[in-house]
Amino acid sequence: MQLILEKRAQASGLMNLLSPVLAILLTVIMGGLIFAAMGKPPLTALYLYFIDPLTSWWSIEEVLVKAGPLILIGVGLAVCFKANVWNIGAEGQFTAGALMGAIIPVLWGEWQSPFALVAMLFLGALGGALFAFIPAWLKTRFGVNEILTSLMLVYIAQLLLDWMVRGPWNDPHGYNFPKSASFEGWHLLPMWGDGRMHLGLVVSLVAALVLFWVMRHTLKGFEVNVVGSAPRAGAFAGFSQTKMVWFCFALSGGLAGLAGLIEVAGPVGQLQPNISPNYGFTAIIVAFLGRLNPIGVIFAGLLLAISYIGGEGVQIELGISDKTTQVFQGMLLFFILMCDTLILYRLKWISTQSSQQAIGDPS
Amino acid sequence: MSPYEAILLTIITASTPLLLAAIGELVVERSGVLNLGIEGMMVMGAVCGFAAAHVTGSAWLGVLAATFAGIATSLLFGLLTQTLITNQVATGLAITLLGLGLSGLIGSGFVGLPGVKLANVSIPWLSDLPYVGRLIFGQDPLVYISIVLTVGVAYVLNNTRVGLIIRAVGQNHHSAHALGYRVVAVRYACIAFGGATSGLAGAYLSLVYTPQWIENMTAGRGWIALALVVFSTWLPERLAAGAYLFGGVWILGLYAQGMGIGIPSQLLSALPYIATILALVIISTNRRLSVINTPASLGQGFVPDR
Repeated sequence: MQLILEKRAQASGLMNLLSPVLAILLTVIMGGLIFAAMGKPPLTALYLYFIDPLTSWWSIEEVLVKAGPLILIGVGLAVCFKANVWNIGAEGQFTAGALMGAIIPVLWGEWQSPFALVAMLFLGALGGALFAFIPAWLKTRFGVNEILTSLMLVYIAQLLLDWMVRGPWNDPHGYNFPKSASFEGWHLLPMWGDGRMHLGLVVSLVAALVLFWVMRHTLKGFEVNVVGSAPRAGAFAGFSQTKMVWFCFALSGGLAGLAGLIEVAGPVGQLQPNISPNYGFTAIIVAFLGRLNPIGVIFAGLLLAISYIGGEGVQIELGISDKTTQVFQGMLLFFILMCDTLILYRLKWISTQSSQQAIGDPS
Repeated sequence: MSPYEAILLTIITASTPLLLAAIGELVVERSGVLNLGIEGMMVMGAVCGFAAAHVTGSAWLGVLAATFAGIATSLLFGLLTQTLITNQVATGLAITLLGLGLSGLIGSGFVGLPGVKLANVSIPWLSDLPYVGRLIFGQDPLVYISIVLTVGVAYVLNNTRVGLIIRAVGQNHHSAHALGYRVVAVRYACIAFGGATSGLAGAYLSLVYTPQWIENMTAGRGWIALALVVFSTWLPERLAAGAYLFGGVWILGLYAQGMGIGIPSQLLSALPYIATILALVIISTNRRLSVINTPASLGQGFVPDR
């Protein structure tokens, strides 16, 4: 007996939906095993990790606060990956957006008006998009692989932020701590609830719904699908690969930049060297788990947000390293890719004899 | 020791992990597989190498553990991309994210603990020669291993039947399959080799470069190694030159920081990443070089017809 993959005549729509569920299940099982291997009670740990964050209003709020940037970045990346454009530097574009949007509170601190906030949001998106244009330009002009350039730019953006908050934009009254002056008044997003919930989640949901509509009902959405799945057919249809690269980087960079600005004008409230717990990379997982579909991304974003809060939970309650969050996130992407094989292939047991016959048979 | 000797020594130290990781990836890519998980395999090697060396007290056992950690991680990549035909770009990313997380978890108990340094080679008389003694005869063993590996890979790829098969599989997997070569098996072997050298590169960081465990201590070196493979246009000799050039840029930044000239330290720290982008641009502008040598089946999954 031998297990082989047999190509399905048609991609399985059912498996497309079941695959993330299977992947989550496998992640939970593996997670339990890891907890057990570390000598922690697996069931308690899993409960603390996945369920406990949803049992109090405080932690639900935290989950929603974390889901905001994940969804916003994730929907942009979903469109990118759908078009086979590999922007993996969203973390850098996030940082660039935060920096660009912070121009207003840092340099024009006295300009207090609703328009200041609007301008900040605009500049944030612009900063992210402009930063994403670097790999787009290098790709379309010189044919440089966008994966490597967009990733290298993450390190560059983080070092730039580090320099800005220690140097030119350092808070003059901040006792030399590496941070900018705190944003005030109209330079902060409207907050509600216990003071952590902010406008960001609404922006994310709107972005996801708009992109869902664009992908399903517009020519642009069709173009993304065609160029991504059948580039040759796209070329014959007159869709330009070059323009698609620019579009994808503008969109995903802009959304990542917007998320960055929202993060610093929301929960963080100032510029500092660490403004993101790896949102830009986790959003890659969000995009895949959400089936590269904007609505799916909303659910995936919520789940990965839980993984952040749950990770903090087990750290506090059981004294397990908060690195478990990254492990769970990595496993999730790993298993989802694994289960996605079942969309295009089915598993089939064949007896060794018949497989030998198949080899002997020239047809 | 004269200053020029010191600089050359540190350049070699900075270049060796890049060369180790990149020479394995070069073989992987020559067989038509794009493994973006170097950073993940490397960091797993770093943490397992450190842990094994710390527990046993033997740096060599650390090197061994790192090699196996790299191989194990790479085989996960192989399982997904070769057996389950997943997207290689996404799977490589998954390996990197998983590796960074898992290494942090494994290493959380080892932060701040003293490490075991792999001792330098010392040959009586030869290592004490003026000027060249330390440089040529007094490095740590992994430097020599990296050079032997590079020469070996160049020889095997260009002059042996095994190399021919690897290149055939990477150029056109359908033809190679039709000729009776086992495409998937060849690729598995190459992926494992890449994992082993990435593990070694990680060991170099945690047992030689800075003999301790620091979270995310690879700091993007895995990605730079990937860029180096592109920069080398898949030729081992050019790869070695590129690795030493990059080590040079890295050290230049460090020395400039040390001298306290008026450039922000962050800009100097960013130099290797900026240099990587520039190198990629330079090599990509030369279409002839970059296109001719690119393995034609690079990044494509292979399912044998049954």
